[in-house]
Amino acid sequence: MTQDPSTGLIVSSLEVWRGERRLFGDLSFELHSGQVALITGPNGAGKTTLLRMLAGLSVPFGGDVTWDGTPVQRLAAEPRAAIAYQGHLDGLAKNLTVAENLAFYRALWAGEGAVEPLLDELGLTEFADREVRYLSAGQCRRAGLGCLRLRRASLWLLDEPLTNLDAAGVDVVTGWLQEHTANGGAAVVATHQADRLDGAVAVAVEVEL
Amino acid sequence: MDFVRWFHLLASPPHFYRFARRISPWLATLSLVLIVAGTYGGLVLAPPDYVQGDGFRIIYVHVPSAYIGMLAYTVMAGAAAIGFVWRIKLAHAVAVSVAPVGASFTFLALVTGAIWGKPMWGTYWQWGDARLVFELLLLFLFLGYLVLRASFDDRDKADRVSAILAAVGAINVPIIHYSVEWWSTLHQGPTIARLDSPSITPDMLVPLLIMIVGFTVYFAWLVIVRLQGEVLERERSARWVQQLAAGGAE
Amino acid sequence: MDAFVLVLRRDLKIAFRRWAELATPLLFFVIVASLLPLAMSPEESQLRGAGTGFLWVAALLSSLLALDGLFSNDAQDGTLEQLALSPAPLSVIVLAKTLAHWLVSGVPLIVLAPPLALSFYLPAEALPTLVGALLLATPTLSVLAALGAALTVSLRGGGAIIGLLVLPLTAPVLIFGARATDLAVHGEPTLGPLYLLAALAVLAISLGPLACAAALRVGLE
Repeated sequence: MTQDPSTGLIVSSLEVWRGERRLFGDLSFELHSGQVALITGPNGAGKTTLLRMLAGLSVPFGGDVTWDGTPVQRLAAEPRAAIAYQGHLDGLAKNLTVAENLAFYRALWAGEGAVEPLLDELGLTEFADREVRYLSAGQCRRAGLGCLRLRRASLWLLDEPLTNLDAAGVDVVTGWLQEHTANGGAAVVATHQADRLDGAVAVAVEVEL
Repeated sequence: MDFVRWFHLLASPPHFYRFARRISPWLATLSLVLIVAGTYGGLVLAPPDYVQGDGFRIIYVHVPSAYIGMLAYTVMAGAAAIGFVWRIKLAHAVAVSVAPVGASFTFLALVTGAIWGKPMWGTYWQWGDARLVFELLLLFLFLGYLVLRASFDDRDKADRVSAILAAVGAINVPIIHYSVEWWSTLHQGPTIARLDSPSITPDMLVPLLIMIVGFTVYFAWLVIVRLQGEVLERERSARWVQQLAAGGAE
Repeated sequence: MDAFVLVLRRDLKIAFRRWAELATPLLFFVIVASLLPLAMSPEESQLRGAGTGFLWVAALLSSLLALDGLFSNDAQDGTLEQLALSPAPLSVIVLAKTLAHWLVSGVPLIVLAPPLALSFYLPAEALPTLVGALLLATPTLSVLAALGAALTVSLRGGGAIIGLLVLPLTAPVLIFGARATDLAVHGEPTLGPLYLLAALAVLAISLGPLACAAALRVGLE
């Protein structure tokens, strides 16, 4: 299958420093639709830093990251909305209910899909009207990742998505990944629990920091 | 050499460092000459003021200091803005180097202003004097910038966040200046006199101008000296710095 | 503009659920304004002379306090980075948040000011001007406080230096607002300082959110 080389996520010669230390240099890879990239490495290797650069939150010391030909920092509103970033933090306001949080994000990103069925899928229906501060870490993680399902993002950037998730939660998330890639979406997953993903998702690119 | 090319070359730390080292002694000498000339002119040659006698002579330090304080803030904000927009590290280094110097000159202006005020008002401080109050607020702006910088561990973040503060401050400075002037004129009583020479003759003015130029050159020298240190520190892992430290010769 | 309303409603909702955070700056305003007379004589003429100043300084400090957690709460739970990555301009989002906080802290302050003013023996005729001046001044104060919050968002305990950074910038607002109130107390026309306050508010509201957005992005780097 021939890919238009300018589409997708292209990382070229990325050089990243943290303070006085160079974390990695000359990192390059390409990710096209339907592919999953796996970022592994020990703590402190720079997985989170890399993902934040792919999202456009940070600027690398050298090299660049382009999405469909445009540098990620200079994306217009619409292509920007095609990238979904889920970091360590869940992005849920503690004083809003799960339902309110999800509805907010869906509206913010002009997403689609209903909130209630999603809550069902997440196993959070009975917690729908409880403020997020009463939920456990695993439930928060599920709810945070649930935002992905309400958006029409083509690229998912997931930083340690499986943290705090039980086996059922991991199944749900890997199921989403499979469905996402089957529909032509791409994903970059940073994790040090790669074994839990083993076999569930076909990994096209592996980056070890 | 093409000016634009020279400017770009200057933005590269090793080239700037060499340029700074070469120009530094000239700035020092020039400022020394001007300041000595201005001081002599102001203290000896200029006639005593009709109203204030010899007390007005402090303006030869007060006015240049106040002017440099303002100039410093402008340079600091401008350099920080350039560094922010174009991501030029050296511009940030300029801003960092200027800030303490600007704060010191502003402080000097306040102190000399107080010294001037004592024979005129009987007190060292007069809230009704717009210029002194403005200088005080300017000093707070400098100090705020320095405190903000110091609060960040990451130097890049420190540079960029404080650049925003400096830019906002720069926009505010004229507003603050105007509002403080406006405020002080409202409460002018006959007993409060502005820190000013009622009439200024050429033989008073010329030394003042010389002092202003001399202070400006002195300011430039101080900043360049600090900049050299700042550049070395920021680039300390770069090859040219290692060579410099090892070799010694340039 | 959808994002503006969305964020505005969200922040208002959250603010009302954290009622302690709502009440604190208002209580602070009342407490500070109430303590100041204790530092001088309760004599009517003295209080009337100093009362304008007390009110305005207390309003200034309380505005600063009210916007302390404007961005740090969102930064802590991860909402801020999502907002920064959203298609809506970050400055619009900042404006919505600032407006929400002003509605929740600035407006009640304007309501609490007249009774306090009367307690300082300020004449009732001066109250409309006081309210008008506060109405024009508090938005500027909110924007400046938001800027302070944005600059320090990535600092642990950054709130402590917000006052240091922002208070010198509020001097013009203090000068014009107190002057307008003073003129009203003496029964003189107050349009001049009120216009100046309005001009400052326009400047602050148009440029402030841009500076805040820039500062937030640096904080997220």
